[in-house]
Amino acid sequence: MLNYDIVVIGGGPAGLAAAIEAKKNGVDSILVIERDRELGGILQQCIHNGFGLHIFKEELTGPEYAQRFIEQLEDMGISYKLDTMVLDISEDKSLMVMNRTDGLLKIRGKAIILAMGCRERTRGAINIPGTRPAGVFTAGTAQRFVNMEGYMVGKKVVILGSGDIGLIMARRLTLEGAEVKAVAELMPYSGGLTRNIVQCLDDFDIPLFLSHTLIDIKGRDRVEGITIAKVDENRKPIPGTEQHYECDTLLLSVGLIPENELSKSAGIQLDSITGGPVVNEAMETSVKGIFACGNVVHVHDLVDWVTEESRRAGRNAAKFIKDELWDGGPSFRTAAEKGIRYIVPHMVRVENVEQTVDLFMRVDDVYTNVNMVVKLDGVRIRTITKKHLAPGEMESIKIPTKFLKEKSGGLLTVCLEKEGA
Amino acid sequence: MNKKEMICIVCPMGCRLTLQEDVNEEKGYKVSGNQCHRGIEYGIMEQVNPTRALTSTVKIKDSSLNRLPVRTDHPIPKAMLFECMKLLNHIEIQAPIKMGDIVVENVLNTGANIIASRSMA
Ligand SMILES: Cc1cc2nc3c(=O)[nH]c(=O)nc-3n(C[C@H](O)[C@H](O)[C@H](O)COP(=O)(O)OP(=O)(O)OC[C@H]3O[C@@H](n4cnc5c(N)ncnc54)[C@H](O)[C@@H]3O)c2cc1C
Ligand code: SF4
Repeated sequence: MLNYDIVVIGGGPAGLAAAIEAKKNGVDSILVIERDRELGGILQQCIHNGFGLHIFKEELTGPEYAQRFIEQLEDMGISYKLDTMVLDISEDKSLMVMNRTDGLLKIRGKAIILAMGCRERTRGAINIPGTRPAGVFTAGTAQRFVNMEGYMVGKKVVILGSGDIGLIMARRLTLEGAEVKAVAELMPYSGGLTRNIVQCLDDFDIPLFLSHTLIDIKGRDRVEGITIAKVDENRKPIPGTEQHYECDTLLLSVGLIPENELSKSAGIQLDSITGGPVVNEAMETSVKGIFACGNVVHVHDLVDWVTEESRRAGRNAAKFIKDELWDGGPSFRTAAEKGIRYIVPHMVRVENVEQTVDLFMRVDDVYTNVNMVVKLDGVRIRTITKKHLAPGEMESIKIPTKFLKEKSGGLLTVCLEKEGA
Repeated sequence: MNKKEMICIVCPMGCRLTLQEDVNEEKGYKVSGNQCHRGIEYGIMEQVNPTRALTSTVKIKDSSLNRLPVRTDHPIPKAMLFECMKLLNHIEIQAPIKMGDIVVENVLNTGANIIASRSMA
Protein backbone atom coordinates (compact mmCIF):
# COMPACT_ATOMS: atom_id res chain seq x y z
CA MET A 1 0.00 0.00 0.00
CA LEU A 2 1.22 3.51 -0.92
CA ASN A 3 0.69 6.35 1.54
CA TYR A 4 0.39 10.07 0.81
CA ASP A 5 -0.76 13.10 2.74
CA ILE A 6 -3.05 14.20 -0.10
CA VAL A 7 -4.32 12.14 -3.02
CA VAL A 8 -6.06 14.05 -5.83
CA ILE A 9 -8.38 12.07 -8.10
CA GLY A 10 -8.50 13.61 -11.60
CA GLY A 11 -5.84 15.63 -13.41
CA GLY A 12 -8.07 18.24 -15.07
CA PRO A 13 -7.92 21.94 -14.21
CA ALA A 14 -9.59 21.25 -10.84
CA GLY A 15 -7.15 18.55 -9.75
CA LEU A 16 -4.12 20.49 -11.01
CA ALA A 17 -5.04 23.73 -9.22
CA ALA A 18 -5.88 21.88 -5.99
CA ALA A 19 -2.59 19.94 -5.96
CA ILE A 20 -0.51 23.05 -6.72
CA GLU A 21 -2.22 25.07 -4.02
CA ALA A 22 -1.84 22.28 -1.42
CA LYS A 23 1.88 22.15 -2.15
CA LYS A 24 2.16 25.94 -1.90
CA ASN A 25 0.56 25.64 1.52
CA GLY A 26 3.23 23.36 2.84
CA VAL A 27 2.20 19.79 2.00
CA ASP A 28 4.88 17.82 0.13
CA SER A 29 3.45 14.34 -0.07
CA ILE A 30 0.89 14.68 -2.87
CA LEU A 31 -0.19 12.32 -5.65
CA VAL A 32 -2.46 13.16 -8.61
CA ILE A 33 -4.18 10.20 -10.26
CA GLU A 34 -5.45 10.56 -13.85
CA ARG A 35 -7.11 7.85 -15.94
CA ASP A 36 -6.25 9.48 -19.28
CA ARG A 37 -2.87 9.31 -21.03
CA GLU A 38 -2.13 12.93 -20.18
CA LEU A 39 -3.02 15.66 -17.69
CA GLY A 40 -5.35 18.55 -18.53
CA GLY A 41 -8.78 16.91 -18.47
CA ILE A 42 -11.48 18.08 -20.81
CA LEU A 43 -9.48 21.23 -21.67
CA GLN A 44 -7.24 19.28 -24.05
CA GLN A 45 -10.13 18.87 -26.47
CA CYS A 46 -11.47 22.43 -26.08
CA ILE A 47 -9.17 23.98 -28.67
CA HIS A 48 -11.27 27.16 -29.00
CA ASN A 49 -10.36 30.27 -27.08
CA GLY A 50 -12.20 31.92 -24.22
CA PHE A 51 -10.43 30.45 -21.23
CA GLY A 52 -8.60 32.35 -18.55
CA LEU A 53 -10.04 35.87 -18.90
CA HIS A 54 -10.37 36.19 -15.12
CA ILE A 55 -7.31 34.31 -13.89
CA PHE A 56 -4.75 35.37 -16.54
CA LYS A 57 -6.48 38.46 -18.00
CA GLU A 58 -5.97 37.07 -21.47
CA GLU A 59 -7.92 34.83 -23.75
CA LEU A 60 -6.39 31.37 -23.97
CA THR A 61 -7.41 28.14 -25.66
CA GLY A 62 -8.18 25.12 -23.45
CA PRO A 63 -4.82 23.38 -24.08
CA GLU A 64 -2.93 26.61 -23.36
CA TYR A 65 -4.77 27.08 -20.08
CA ALA A 66 -4.08 23.47 -19.11
CA GLN A 67 -0.43 23.65 -20.06
CA ARG A 68 0.25 26.59 -17.73
CA PHE A 69 -0.92 24.47 -14.80
CA ILE A 70 0.75 21.26 -15.97
CA GLU A 71 4.10 23.05 -16.24
CA GLN A 72 3.68 24.54 -12.79
CA LEU A 73 2.83 21.12 -11.33
CA GLU A 74 5.93 19.61 -12.90
CA ASP A 75 8.16 22.49 -11.82
CA MET A 76 6.98 22.01 -8.26
CA GLY A 77 7.82 18.32 -8.41
CA ILE A 78 4.33 17.05 -7.61
CA SER A 79 3.96 13.34 -8.46
CA TYR A 80 1.26 12.01 -10.72
CA LYS A 81 0.20 8.71 -12.23
CA LEU A 82 -1.31 8.62 -15.74
CA ASP A 83 -3.40 5.87 -17.36
CA THR A 84 -4.51 5.05 -13.84
CA MET A 85 -8.10 4.64 -12.83
CA VAL A 86 -9.50 4.96 -9.34
CA LEU A 87 -12.09 2.21 -8.91
CA ASP A 88 -13.24 2.64 -5.37
CA ILE A 89 -12.86 4.85 -2.30
CA SER A 90 -13.59 3.53 1.15
CA GLU A 91 -14.57 5.64 4.11
CA ASP A 92 -11.12 5.26 5.70
CA LYS A 93 -9.77 7.10 2.64
CA SER A 94 -8.01 4.20 0.98
CA LEU A 95 -8.36 3.95 -2.79
CA MET A 96 -8.49 0.92 -5.04
CA VAL A 97 -6.57 1.90 -8.14
CA MET A 98 -5.73 0.09 -11.39
CA ASN A 99 -3.25 0.52 -14.23
CA ARG A 100 -1.35 -1.65 -16.70
CA THR A 101 2.03 -1.62 -14.96
CA ASP A 102 1.00 -2.00 -11.32
CA GLY A 103 -2.23 -3.94 -11.80
CA LEU A 104 -4.43 -3.43 -8.77
CA LEU A 105 -2.99 -1.09 -6.20
CA LYS A 106 -4.09 0.26 -2.83
CA ILE A 107 -3.31 3.91 -2.10
CA ARG A 108 -4.12 5.72 1.12
CA GLY A 109 -4.40 9.46 1.60
CA LYS A 110 -4.75 11.31 4.87
CA ALA A 111 -6.86 13.67 2.80
CA ILE A 112 -8.48 13.10 -0.59
CA ILE A 113 -9.51 15.66 -3.17
CA LEU A 114 -12.19 14.60 -5.63
CA ALA A 115 -11.72 16.28 -9.03
CA MET A 116 -13.29 13.78 -11.45
CA GLY A 117 -15.17 16.36 -13.53
CA CYS A 118 -18.45 15.53 -15.19
CA ARG A 119 -19.80 13.44 -18.00
CA GLU A 120 -22.24 14.21 -20.77
CA ARG A 121 -25.85 13.24 -20.65
CA THR A 122 -26.43 10.69 -23.38
CA ARG A 123 -29.35 9.68 -25.43
CA GLY A 124 -30.42 7.08 -22.90
CA ALA A 125 -30.64 9.74 -20.23
CA ILE A 126 -33.11 11.81 -22.25
CA ASN A 127 -35.25 9.31 -24.12
CA ILE A 128 -34.97 10.01 -27.82
CA PRO A 129 -37.51 8.36 -30.10
CA GLY A 130 -36.80 6.66 -33.43
CA THR A 131 -34.31 4.05 -34.59
CA ARG A 132 -30.80 3.58 -33.21
CA PRO A 133 -28.52 4.06 -36.22
CA ALA A 134 -24.85 5.12 -36.20
CA GLY A 135 -24.10 8.82 -36.48
CA VAL A 136 -25.46 9.94 -33.12
CA PHE A 137 -22.77 11.43 -30.91
CA THR A 138 -22.64 13.52 -27.78
CA ALA A 139 -21.10 16.90 -28.63
CA GLY A 140 -18.12 16.31 -26.35
CA THR A 141 -17.34 12.93 -27.93
CA ALA A 142 -17.49 14.52 -31.38
CA GLN A 143 -15.21 17.28 -30.11
CA ARG A 144 -12.64 14.75 -28.97
CA PHE A 145 -12.80 12.84 -32.28
CA VAL A 146 -12.40 15.95 -34.43
CA ASN A 147 -9.89 17.92 -32.36
CA MET A 148 -7.64 15.19 -31.01
CA GLU A 149 -7.98 12.18 -33.28
CA GLY A 150 -8.58 14.10 -36.51
CA TYR A 151 -11.66 12.07 -37.34
CA MET A 152 -14.49 14.00 -38.97
CA VAL A 153 -17.86 12.86 -37.61
CA GLY A 154 -20.11 13.71 -40.57
CA LYS A 155 -21.05 15.97 -43.46
CA LYS A 156 -24.60 17.08 -42.75
CA VAL A 157 -25.26 17.75 -39.12
CA VAL A 158 -28.14 18.70 -36.83
CA ILE A 159 -27.44 19.59 -33.21
CA LEU A 160 -29.90 18.96 -30.41
CA GLY A 161 -29.40 21.29 -27.44
CA SER A 162 -27.83 24.72 -27.40
CA GLY A 163 -25.34 24.40 -24.56
CA ASP A 164 -21.91 25.89 -25.14
CA ILE A 165 -20.34 22.63 -26.31
CA GLY A 166 -23.03 22.23 -28.99
CA LEU A 167 -22.55 25.82 -30.17
CA ILE A 168 -18.77 25.50 -30.26
CA MET A 169 -19.11 22.27 -32.25
CA ALA A 170 -21.51 23.91 -34.72
CA ARG A 171 -18.76 26.36 -35.64
CA ARG A 172 -15.99 23.78 -35.53
CA LEU A 173 -17.76 21.38 -37.90
CA THR A 174 -18.76 24.23 -40.24
CA LEU A 175 -15.14 25.39 -40.47
CA GLU A 176 -14.12 21.79 -41.19
CA GLY A 177 -16.47 21.74 -44.16
CA ALA A 178 -19.62 20.17 -42.77
CA GLU A 179 -23.04 21.68 -43.28
CA VAL A 180 -24.68 22.32 -39.91
CA LYS A 181 -28.34 22.58 -40.77
CA ALA A 182 -29.87 23.62 -37.49
CA VAL A 183 -29.58 23.73 -33.72
CA ALA A 184 -32.77 22.80 -31.88
CA GLU A 185 -33.30 23.76 -28.24
CA LEU A 186 -36.15 22.53 -26.05
CA MET A 187 -36.19 25.57 -23.78
CA PRO A 188 -37.36 29.03 -24.89
CA TYR A 189 -33.79 30.30 -24.26
CA SER A 190 -30.35 29.00 -25.09
CA GLY A 191 -28.26 27.27 -22.45
CA GLY A 192 -25.09 28.77 -23.92
CA LEU A 193 -23.36 32.14 -23.67
CA THR A 194 -24.72 34.88 -25.92
CA ARG A 195 -21.27 35.45 -27.40
CA ASN A 196 -21.24 31.85 -28.55
CA ILE A 197 -24.58 32.25 -30.31
CA VAL A 198 -23.14 35.23 -32.16
CA GLN A 199 -19.74 33.84 -33.09
CA CYS A 200 -20.71 30.19 -33.59
CA LEU A 201 -24.19 30.37 -35.13
CA ASP A 202 -24.93 33.88 -36.45
CA ASP A 203 -21.49 34.20 -38.06
CA PHE A 204 -22.28 31.16 -40.20
CA ASP A 205 -26.03 31.69 -40.66
CA ILE A 206 -26.88 28.53 -38.72
CA PRO A 207 -30.51 28.73 -37.55
CA LEU A 208 -31.34 28.23 -33.85
CA PHE A 209 -34.83 26.91 -33.17
CA LEU A 210 -35.86 27.61 -29.58
CA SER A 211 -38.75 25.66 -28.00
CA HIS A 212 -38.14 22.79 -30.41
CA THR A 213 -37.50 19.12 -29.81
CA LEU A 214 -36.49 16.05 -31.71
CA ILE A 215 -39.41 13.79 -32.54
CA ASP A 216 -37.91 11.24 -34.91
CA ILE A 217 -34.64 9.80 -36.19
CA LYS A 218 -34.67 8.04 -39.59
CA GLY A 219 -32.09 5.60 -40.91
CA ARG A 220 -31.18 1.95 -40.38
CA ASP A 221 -27.40 1.70 -40.34
CA ARG A 222 -26.54 5.37 -40.41
CA VAL A 223 -28.66 8.43 -39.60
CA GLU A 224 -30.47 9.58 -42.78
CA GLY A 225 -32.60 12.33 -41.39
CA ILE A 226 -34.31 13.72 -38.33
CA THR A 227 -37.55 15.54 -37.58
CA ILE A 228 -37.95 18.35 -35.09
CA ALA A 229 -41.12 20.09 -33.97
CA LYS A 230 -42.09 23.12 -31.94
CA VAL A 231 -43.23 22.46 -28.36
CA ASP A 232 -45.97 24.09 -26.29
CA GLU A 233 -45.60 25.44 -22.72
CA ASN A 234 -45.71 21.88 -21.40
CA ARG A 235 -42.87 20.91 -23.74
CA LYS A 236 -45.18 18.71 -25.81
CA PRO A 237 -44.66 18.70 -29.61
CA ILE A 238 -47.28 20.76 -31.49
CA PRO A 239 -48.75 18.80 -34.45
CA GLY A 240 -48.23 20.50 -37.80
CA THR A 241 -44.96 22.20 -36.83
CA GLU A 242 -42.70 19.32 -37.91
CA GLN A 243 -39.59 20.12 -39.93
CA HIS A 244 -37.55 17.38 -41.53
CA TYR A 245 -33.81 17.59 -42.16
CA GLU A 246 -31.70 15.22 -44.19
CA CYS A 247 -28.49 14.62 -42.27
CA ASP A 248 -25.95 11.90 -41.53
CA THR A 249 -25.07 13.08 -38.05
CA LEU A 250 -26.92 14.14 -34.91
CA LEU A 251 -25.00 15.75 -32.06
CA LEU A 252 -26.45 15.82 -28.56
CA SER A 253 -25.56 18.75 -26.35
CA VAL A 254 -28.12 18.11 -23.67
CA GLY A 255 -26.24 18.73 -20.48
CA LEU A 256 -23.56 17.48 -18.16
CA ILE A 257 -23.78 15.49 -14.94
CA PRO A 258 -21.09 15.47 -12.23
CA GLU A 259 -19.22 12.17 -12.19
CA ASN A 260 -19.95 10.81 -8.72
CA GLU A 261 -19.87 7.02 -8.76
CA LEU A 262 -16.74 7.17 -6.61
CA SER A 263 -18.22 9.69 -4.19
CA LYS A 264 -21.11 7.31 -3.65
CA SER A 265 -18.75 4.44 -2.90
CA ALA A 266 -17.19 6.57 -0.14
CA GLY A 267 -20.62 7.22 1.37
CA ILE A 268 -20.51 10.94 0.57
CA GLN A 269 -23.77 12.86 0.77
CA LEU A 270 -24.88 14.22 -2.63
CA ASP A 271 -27.08 17.20 -3.52
CA SER A 272 -29.95 16.00 -5.70
CA ILE A 273 -30.03 19.25 -7.71
CA THR A 274 -26.33 19.74 -8.52
CA GLY A 275 -25.68 16.00 -8.68
CA GLY A 276 -22.46 16.65 -6.76
CA PRO A 277 -21.34 16.34 -3.14
CA VAL A 278 -22.73 18.58 -0.41
CA VAL A 279 -19.75 20.77 0.60
CA ASN A 280 -18.83 23.35 3.20
CA GLU A 281 -16.81 26.59 2.92
CA ALA A 282 -13.60 24.54 2.77
CA MET A 283 -14.96 22.45 -0.15
CA GLU A 284 -15.00 19.52 2.27
CA THR A 285 -17.67 16.87 1.73
CA SER A 286 -19.77 15.15 4.37
CA VAL A 287 -16.83 12.77 5.01
CA LYS A 288 -14.09 14.53 7.00
CA GLY A 289 -10.86 14.89 5.05
CA ILE A 290 -12.48 14.25 1.65
CA PHE A 291 -12.65 17.46 -0.38
CA ALA A 292 -14.15 18.09 -3.82
CA CYS A 293 -13.80 20.79 -6.48
CA GLY A 294 -14.57 21.63 -10.09
CA ASN A 295 -17.21 20.00 -12.24
CA VAL A 296 -17.56 17.06 -9.87
CA VAL A 297 -19.27 19.44 -7.42
CA HIS A 298 -21.40 21.42 -9.88
CA VAL A 299 -21.13 22.07 -13.60
CA HIS A 300 -19.11 25.23 -14.29
CA ASP A 301 -19.22 27.13 -17.56
CA LEU A 302 -16.01 29.06 -16.94
CA VAL A 303 -12.82 27.26 -16.11
CA ASP A 304 -11.61 30.31 -14.18
CA TRP A 305 -14.20 29.60 -11.47
CA VAL A 306 -13.06 25.98 -11.42
CA THR A 307 -9.53 27.14 -10.71
CA GLU A 308 -10.63 29.51 -7.97
CA GLU A 309 -12.78 26.90 -6.26
CA SER A 310 -10.06 24.24 -6.56
CA ARG A 311 -7.40 26.47 -5.04
CA ARG A 312 -9.71 26.84 -2.07
CA ALA A 313 -10.05 23.04 -1.84
CA GLY A 314 -6.26 22.60 -2.05
CA ARG A 315 -5.59 25.23 0.59
CA ASN A 316 -8.10 23.71 2.97
CA ALA A 317 -6.89 20.15 2.41
CA ALA A 318 -3.43 21.41 3.42
CA LYS A 319 -4.95 22.99 6.54
CA PHE A 320 -6.63 19.68 7.32
CA ILE A 321 -3.28 17.88 7.09
CA LYS A 322 -1.68 20.47 9.38
CA ASP A 323 -4.63 20.20 11.74
CA GLU A 324 -5.54 23.84 11.19
CA LEU A 325 -9.02 23.36 9.80
CA TRP A 326 -11.48 24.53 12.41
CA ASP A 327 -14.44 22.27 13.04
CA GLY A 328 -17.03 23.71 15.38
CA GLY A 329 -17.72 27.32 16.25
CA PRO A 330 -20.47 29.31 14.59
CA SER A 331 -21.81 27.97 11.33
CA PHE A 332 -24.80 28.37 9.08
CA ARG A 333 -26.49 26.59 6.21
CA THR A 334 -27.27 28.08 2.82
CA ALA A 335 -30.54 27.63 0.96
CA ALA A 336 -31.75 28.55 -2.51
CA GLU A 337 -35.09 30.35 -2.52
CA LYS A 338 -37.35 31.83 -5.20
CA GLY A 339 -35.65 31.97 -8.59
CA ILE A 340 -32.42 30.26 -7.48
CA ARG A 341 -31.82 26.59 -8.31
CA TYR A 342 -28.94 25.81 -6.00
CA ILE A 343 -26.15 27.34 -3.92
CA VAL A 344 -22.64 26.01 -3.35
CA PRO A 345 -21.31 25.73 -0.62
CA HIS A 346 -24.15 24.23 1.40
CA MET A 347 -22.67 24.98 4.80
CA VAL A 348 -20.30 27.65 6.14
CA ARG A 349 -18.20 27.50 9.30
CA VAL A 350 -17.45 31.16 9.93
CA GLU A 351 -14.05 30.59 11.62
CA ASN A 352 -12.60 29.04 8.47
CA VAL A 353 -13.64 31.79 6.09
CA GLU A 354 -10.71 33.78 4.74
CA GLN A 355 -12.15 37.20 3.90
CA THR A 356 -15.40 36.66 2.14
CA VAL A 357 -17.80 33.79 1.75
CA ASP A 358 -18.14 33.13 -1.99
CA LEU A 359 -21.53 31.74 -2.91
CA PHE A 360 -21.95 30.19 -6.36
CA MET A 361 -25.40 29.67 -7.80
CA ARG A 362 -27.59 29.29 -10.85
CA VAL A 363 -30.99 30.82 -11.51
CA ASP A 364 -33.93 28.75 -12.77
CA ASP A 365 -35.06 30.91 -15.71
CA VAL A 366 -34.11 33.98 -17.75
CA TYR A 367 -34.67 37.22 -15.78
CA THR A 368 -34.10 40.89 -16.58
CA ASN A 369 -33.77 43.76 -14.09
CA VAL A 370 -34.04 41.80 -10.87
CA ASN A 371 -32.42 41.99 -7.46
CA MET A 372 -30.50 39.10 -5.98
CA VAL A 373 -31.27 39.36 -2.28
CA VAL A 374 -29.16 37.69 0.40
CA LYS A 375 -30.78 37.22 3.79
CA LEU A 376 -29.47 35.89 7.08
CA ASP A 377 -32.31 34.42 9.13
CA GLY A 378 -34.77 36.46 7.13
CA VAL A 379 -32.90 39.76 7.49
CA ARG A 380 -31.62 41.30 4.26
CA ILE A 381 -27.83 41.70 4.31
CA ARG A 382 -27.06 42.30 0.64
CA THR A 383 -28.90 43.29 -2.52
CA ILE A 384 -27.33 43.07 -5.95
CA THR A 385 -29.12 44.45 -8.98
CA LYS A 386 -28.80 42.44 -12.19
CA LYS A 387 -29.76 43.49 -15.69
CA HIS A 388 -29.71 39.99 -17.08
CA LEU A 389 -29.66 36.53 -15.48
CA ALA A 390 -29.78 33.19 -17.30
CA PRO A 391 -29.54 29.54 -16.19
CA GLY A 392 -26.56 29.06 -18.53
CA GLU A 393 -24.46 31.58 -16.64
CA MET A 394 -23.26 30.88 -13.13
CA GLU A 395 -23.54 33.77 -10.68
CA SER A 396 -21.39 34.42 -7.66
CA ILE A 397 -21.90 36.64 -4.63
CA LYS A 398 -19.18 37.56 -2.18
CA ILE A 399 -20.25 38.19 1.41
CA PRO A 400 -17.72 39.81 3.76
CA THR A 401 -17.40 37.88 7.03
CA LYS A 402 -18.26 40.98 9.06
CA PHE A 403 -21.89 40.40 8.09
CA LEU A 404 -21.74 36.90 9.50
CA LYS A 405 -19.60 37.12 12.61
CA GLU A 406 -22.19 38.73 14.85
CA LYS A 407 -25.03 36.56 13.78
CA SER A 408 -24.60 32.86 13.23
CA GLY A 409 -26.11 29.46 13.67
CA GLY A 410 -28.71 30.36 11.13
CA LEU A 411 -29.82 30.12 7.57
CA LEU A 412 -28.35 32.16 4.73
CA THR A 413 -30.71 32.42 1.78
CA VAL A 414 -30.61 33.96 -1.68
CA CYS A 415 -33.73 34.80 -3.69
CA LEU A 416 -34.72 36.97 -6.64
CA GLU A 417 -37.01 39.97 -6.29
CA LYS A 418 -38.35 42.22 -9.02
CA GLU A 419 -36.58 45.53 -8.97
CA GLY A 420 -38.47 48.16 -7.01
CA ALA A 421 -40.43 45.55 -5.08
CA MET B 1 -26.85 52.71 -41.67
CA ASN B 2 -27.99 55.00 -38.94
CA LYS B 3 -28.22 52.86 -35.88
CA LYS B 4 -27.17 49.24 -35.42
CA GLU B 5 -27.55 46.79 -32.54
CA MET B 6 -24.92 44.15 -31.92
CA ILE B 7 -23.53 41.95 -29.18
CA CYS B 8 -19.96 42.41 -28.03
CA ILE B 9 -18.19 39.04 -28.16
CA VAL B 10 -14.91 40.15 -26.63
CA CYS B 11 -15.72 38.66 -23.23
CA PRO B 12 -18.47 36.46 -21.72
CA MET B 13 -20.40 39.52 -20.47
CA GLY B 14 -21.86 39.80 -23.97
CA CYS B 15 -22.87 43.47 -23.72
CA ARG B 16 -25.63 44.63 -26.04
CA LEU B 17 -24.06 47.46 -28.02
CA THR B 18 -25.67 50.20 -30.05
CA LEU B 19 -23.61 51.70 -32.85
CA GLN B 20 -24.57 55.07 -34.26
CA GLU B 21 -23.05 57.14 -37.04
CA ASP B 22 -21.70 60.34 -35.54
CA VAL B 23 -19.55 62.82 -37.42
CA ASN B 24 -18.35 64.36 -34.17
CA GLU B 25 -16.65 61.12 -33.13
CA GLU B 26 -13.05 60.55 -34.15
CA LYS B 27 -13.80 57.28 -35.87
CA GLY B 28 -17.19 58.30 -37.19
CA TYR B 29 -19.27 56.13 -34.84
CA LYS B 30 -20.62 56.41 -31.34
CA VAL B 31 -20.91 53.17 -29.34
CA SER B 32 -23.14 52.75 -26.29
CA GLY B 33 -24.16 49.83 -24.07
CA ASN B 34 -20.56 48.71 -23.55
CA GLN B 35 -19.34 48.00 -20.04
CA CYS B 36 -15.69 48.54 -20.87
CA HIS B 37 -13.55 50.30 -23.48
CA ARG B 38 -12.95 47.12 -25.48
CA GLY B 39 -16.60 47.19 -26.47
CA ILE B 40 -16.09 50.49 -28.32
CA GLU B 41 -13.21 49.11 -30.33
CA TYR B 42 -15.14 45.94 -31.08
CA GLY B 43 -18.29 47.78 -32.17
CA ILE B 44 -16.44 49.95 -34.65
CA MET B 45 -14.27 47.10 -35.99
CA GLU B 46 -17.35 44.94 -36.43
CA GLN B 47 -18.83 47.64 -38.66
CA VAL B 48 -15.68 48.60 -40.59
CA ASN B 49 -13.75 45.33 -40.83
CA PRO B 50 -15.08 42.40 -38.80
CA THR B 51 -12.31 40.10 -37.57
CA ARG B 52 -12.23 36.79 -35.67
CA ALA B 53 -9.60 34.70 -33.95
CA LEU B 54 -9.36 31.30 -35.64
CA THR B 55 -8.69 28.11 -33.71
CA SER B 56 -8.26 24.79 -35.48
CA THR B 57 -5.88 21.85 -35.78
CA VAL B 58 -3.15 20.69 -38.16
CA LYS B 59 -1.77 17.20 -38.77
CA ILE B 60 1.23 16.25 -36.69
CA LYS B 61 3.70 13.41 -37.39
CA ASP B 62 5.36 11.18 -34.81
CA SER B 63 3.32 12.31 -31.84
CA SER B 64 0.98 10.48 -29.48
CA LEU B 65 -1.98 12.28 -31.07
CA ASN B 66 -2.83 12.92 -34.73
CA ARG B 67 -3.71 16.57 -34.41
CA LEU B 68 -2.02 19.64 -33.00
CA PRO B 69 -4.29 22.48 -31.85
CA VAL B 70 -3.35 25.84 -33.37
CA ARG B 71 -4.65 29.41 -33.34
CA THR B 72 -4.06 32.79 -34.91
CA ASP B 73 -2.02 35.10 -32.70
CA HIS B 74 -4.19 38.05 -33.87
CA PRO B 75 -7.73 38.10 -35.20
CA ILE B 76 -8.00 37.88 -38.99
CA PRO B 77 -10.72 39.24 -41.30
CA LYS B 78 -13.88 37.21 -40.88
CA ALA B 79 -14.20 36.77 -44.64
CA MET B 80 -10.87 34.90 -44.74
CA LEU B 81 -11.70 32.19 -42.19
CA PHE B 82 -12.55 29.51 -44.74
CA GLU B 83 -9.56 30.29 -46.94
CA CYS B 84 -7.36 30.00 -43.89
CA MET B 85 -8.96 26.64 -42.97
CA LYS B 86 -8.23 25.37 -46.48
CA LEU B 87 -4.60 26.27 -46.09
CA LEU B 88 -4.38 24.57 -42.68
CA ASN B 89 -5.78 21.35 -44.14
CA HIS B 90 -2.63 20.97 -46.22
CA ILE B 91 -0.19 21.46 -43.41
CA GLU B 92 1.56 18.65 -41.65
CA ILE B 93 4.19 19.34 -39.06
CA GLN B 94 6.75 17.22 -37.29
CA ALA B 95 6.76 16.59 -33.52
CA PRO B 96 8.15 17.75 -31.14
CA ILE B 97 6.68 21.23 -31.04
CA LYS B 98 6.40 23.83 -28.30
CA MET B 99 3.40 25.92 -27.32
CA GLY B 100 3.69 29.29 -29.08
CA ASP B 101 5.88 28.01 -31.95
CA ILE B 102 4.93 29.51 -35.30
CA VAL B 103 3.29 27.00 -37.64
CA VAL B 104 2.48 29.43 -40.50
CA GLU B 105 4.01 32.87 -40.66
CA ASN B 106 1.94 35.85 -41.82
CA VAL B 107 -0.93 33.65 -42.89
CA LEU B 108 -2.56 34.85 -46.15
CA ASN B 109 -0.77 38.18 -45.70
CA THR B 110 -2.99 39.10 -42.77
CA GLY B 111 -0.05 39.94 -40.54
CA ALA B 112 -1.18 37.20 -38.14
CA ASN B 113 0.77 34.00 -37.50
CA ILE B 114 -0.66 30.57 -36.88
CA ILE B 115 0.87 29.29 -33.64
CA ALA B 116 0.80 25.97 -31.77
CA SER B 117 -1.52 26.16 -28.79
CA ARG B 118 0.16 23.36 -26.87
CA SER B 119 3.46 21.52 -26.72
CA MET B 120 3.56 18.00 -28.12
CA ALA B 121 6.33 15.48 -27.86
C1 LIG C 1 -16.76 20.35 -23.94
C2 LIG C 1 -16.58 21.49 -22.97
C3 LIG C 1 -16.34 22.82 -23.42
C4 LIG C 1 -16.06 23.85 -22.52
N1 LIG C 1 -15.78 25.14 -22.96
C5 LIG C 1 -15.39 26.12 -22.06
C6 LIG C 1 -14.99 27.46 -22.48
O1 LIG C 1 -15.09 27.80 -23.65
N2 LIG C 1 -14.53 28.35 -21.56
C7 LIG C 1 -14.41 27.99 -20.24
O2 LIG C 1 -13.93 28.81 -19.43
N3 LIG C 1 -14.83 26.76 -19.82
C8 LIG C 1 -15.31 25.83 -20.69
N4 LIG C 1 -15.70 24.57 -20.26
C9 LIG C 1 -15.72 24.34 -18.83
C10 LIG C 1 -14.38 23.90 -18.25
O3 LIG C 1 -13.58 23.36 -19.24
C11 LIG C 1 -14.67 22.87 -17.24
O4 LIG C 1 -15.51 23.47 -16.31
C12 LIG C 1 -13.39 22.37 -16.58
O5 LIG C 1 -12.59 21.69 -17.50
C13 LIG C 1 -13.73 21.44 -15.43
O6 LIG C 1 -12.56 20.98 -14.84
P1 LIG C 1 -12.49 19.68 -13.94
O7 LIG C 1 -11.06 19.50 -13.59
O8 LIG C 1 -13.49 19.78 -12.88
O9 LIG C 1 -13.00 18.49 -14.89
P2 LIG C 1 -12.30 17.77 -16.14
O10 LIG C 1 -11.57 18.71 -17.00
O11 LIG C 1 -13.37 16.96 -16.75
O12 LIG C 1 -11.22 16.81 -15.46
C14 LIG C 1 -11.57 15.65 -14.73
C15 LIG C 1 -10.46 14.65 -14.87
O13 LIG C 1 -10.67 13.56 -13.98
C16 LIG C 1 -10.33 12.35 -14.60
N5 LIG C 1 -11.05 11.26 -13.93
C17 LIG C 1 -12.40 11.10 -13.80
N6 LIG C 1 -12.68 9.97 -13.12
C18 LIG C 1 -11.50 9.40 -12.79
C19 LIG C 1 -11.15 8.21 -12.08
N7 LIG C 1 -12.07 7.38 -11.57
N8 LIG C 1 -9.83 7.92 -11.93
C20 LIG C 1 -8.87 8.74 -12.45
N9 LIG C 1 -9.17 9.88 -13.12
C21 LIG C 1 -10.46 10.21 -13.30
C22 LIG C 1 -10.77 12.57 -16.04
O14 LIG C 1 -10.09 11.70 -16.93
C23 LIG C 1 -10.39 14.04 -16.26
O15 LIG C 1 -9.10 14.21 -16.78
C24 LIG C 1 -16.05 23.55 -21.15
C25 LIG C 1 -16.36 22.25 -20.70
C26 LIG C 1 -16.65 21.23 -21.58
C27 LIG C 1 -17.04 19.86 -21.04
S1 SF4 D 1 -18.02 45.73 -23.72
FE1 SF4 D 1 -16.36 45.03 -22.40
S2 SF4 D 1 -17.49 43.99 -20.73
FE2 SF4 D 1 -18.95 44.20 -22.40
S3 SF4 D 1 -18.77 42.25 -23.55
FE3 SF4 D 1 -17.40 43.75 -24.52
S4 SF4 D 1 -15.41 43.35 -23.57
FE4 SF4 D 1 -16.95 42.41 -22.25
